[in-house]
Amino acid sequence: MNLSEAGTLEFMWGILPELLKGLEVTLQLTVTSLIAGLVLAVPVSMVRTYTKGPLNWLATAYVELFRGTPLLLQLFIVYYGLTETGIVLDRFLSAWLALTLNSAAYQSEYIRGAILAVSEGQLTAARAVGMRTIQAFRWVVFPQALRLALPAWSNEVAYMVKYVSVVFMIAVQELFTRGQGIISKYFRLWPTIIEVALIYIVVVYVITRGMDYVEHRFRIPGLETRTERREA
Amino acid sequence: MAGPILRVENLHKAYGKTEVLRGVSFEVAPGEVVVIIGPSGTGKSTLLRCINQLTPPDQGRVWLEDVEITDKRTDINKVREHIGMVFQDFNLFTHLTAIQNVMLALTKVKRMSPAEARAKAMLEMEKVGLVDKAGLYPAELSGGQKQRAAIARSLAMDPKVMLFDEPTSALDPELIGEVLEVMKTLAGEGMTMLVVSHEMGFAREVSDRIIFLENGAISEDGPPEQFFTNPKHARTREFLGKLTELYGNHGGPRGGRRKK
Ligand SMILES: Nc1ncnc2c1ncn2[C@@H]1O[C@H](COP(=O)(O)OP(=O)(O)OP(=O)(O)O)[C@@H](O)[C@H]1O
Ligand SMILES: [Mg+2]
Repeated sequence: MNLSEAGTLEFMWGILPELLKGLEVTLQLTVTSLIAGLVLAVPVSMVRTYTKGPLNWLATAYVELFRGTPLLLQLFIVYYGLTETGIVLDRFLSAWLALTLNSAAYQSEYIRGAILAVSEGQLTAARAVGMRTIQAFRWVVFPQALRLALPAWSNEVAYMVKYVSVVFMIAVQELFTRGQGIISKYFRLWPTIIEVALIYIVVVYVITRGMDYVEHRFRIPGLETRTERREA
Repeated sequence: MAGPILRVENLHKAYGKTEVLRGVSFEVAPGEVVVIIGPSGTGKSTLLRCINQLTPPDQGRVWLEDVEITDKRTDINKVREHIGMVFQDFNLFTHLTAIQNVMLALTKVKRMSPAEARAKAMLEMEKVGLVDKAGLYPAELSGGQKQRAAIARSLAMDPKVMLFDEPTSALDPELIGEVLEVMKTLAGEGMTMLVVSHEMGFAREVSDRIIFLENGAISEDGPPEQFFTNPKHARTREFLGKLTELYGNHGGPRGGRRKK
């Protein structure tokens, strides 16, 4: 089939498989960097909440650096900057690393805010029944903080799907990059853009619904949540 | 005769320049119910928190039976298992149901199996009359039910002594009775209790001794009869009068007005 001359709908149908392959990469990056970001965010938020001194400064500097600069810049530093110093990562890995570091910075702030929102009395009560501080954190403060951070975290998921598109700059073949490739190959701008946009809309909608369900599923009376948003 | 369960010797605590406790000493014998009263800001909460070291005192020593709690080498977590504490604002774990609140320390501190812990927790829920509320979250309970759940949580650890810090002060008047009732039953079963409370009816009827704490020191310590009829200091009588006006006289045998 010659897609350059196909009818609009036929064209859109024809490029779908290619775009879905891109979507797969987008979702891989989203999921893996979110999870790795969470794993990194938990200790960072704990260090920032509970320690003083150099470790705290380091964690604070990291968070402020990654929240204070554009993701695009971070991507450039990881991909080109590291190459310059002799560390060569492949494109996908660079993209993943930049997204992870960026997301971890934001996630650590959501968790830190949530830890601070858990009242002092919760820790006191846990200590009073003989729990060690670490147990009190693990079984009382942290579960509540996670629950409180869930709405902000849901937003983060939807943001990440869209933010992943910046890796277009280093030609990682995710959804947006594939769309761009299709445009330069067939010179059919509008149908391609519209289709890419529709795919994003559907995916973000499904994620939002899914996270609503998760929030509902884990609803705890008395732990009603405040929503913090990532300033775009 | 058995020695005291709790012994407090010359406790001092200051916050910055404010001396909150200035040499507090007393003992609590097994099965004894001691009520601590005193004006606001006089250091009653601080005293209780210094006993289980939630707030480390600056000076002075505390023993639970023959274990010196204030000794640096004592494993404080081990000791706290044996000292129940009930707070003014309950401090139930928000993310856990009533029964899970009771079970948590049983599984994590006492290392019971979940099944064992559940059985033990249910027993305590029965004691405080909350079996039908066991599956509810704190936010779904009334103040009185919350406080009874908190008492069950402490009781489950089989404490040697229970500390109560104004357990009914945050409650609506109509809910105070049910909590005092549970405490009365506990006292009747021989639990050793140290209770900060302004419930004079409870103090009069249930306590063996009343301690009057004023400006961080004990100014009066004796049986309730002496306390109400023949206080050592005029100041005590004045304070009692104010209390009865402010708090009424819940749970007391003699429907309470100020004594003349
Ligand atoms: N963490 C703290 N930091 C500084 N000051 C404190 C702290 N905790 C208590 N204080 C002060 O110590 C004094 C005694 O407080 P405490 O809570 O022990 O009094 P209380 O007798 O329990 O009063 P109340 O009847 O109001 O509960 C008060 O002046 C209080 O402001
Ligand atoms: Mg107090």
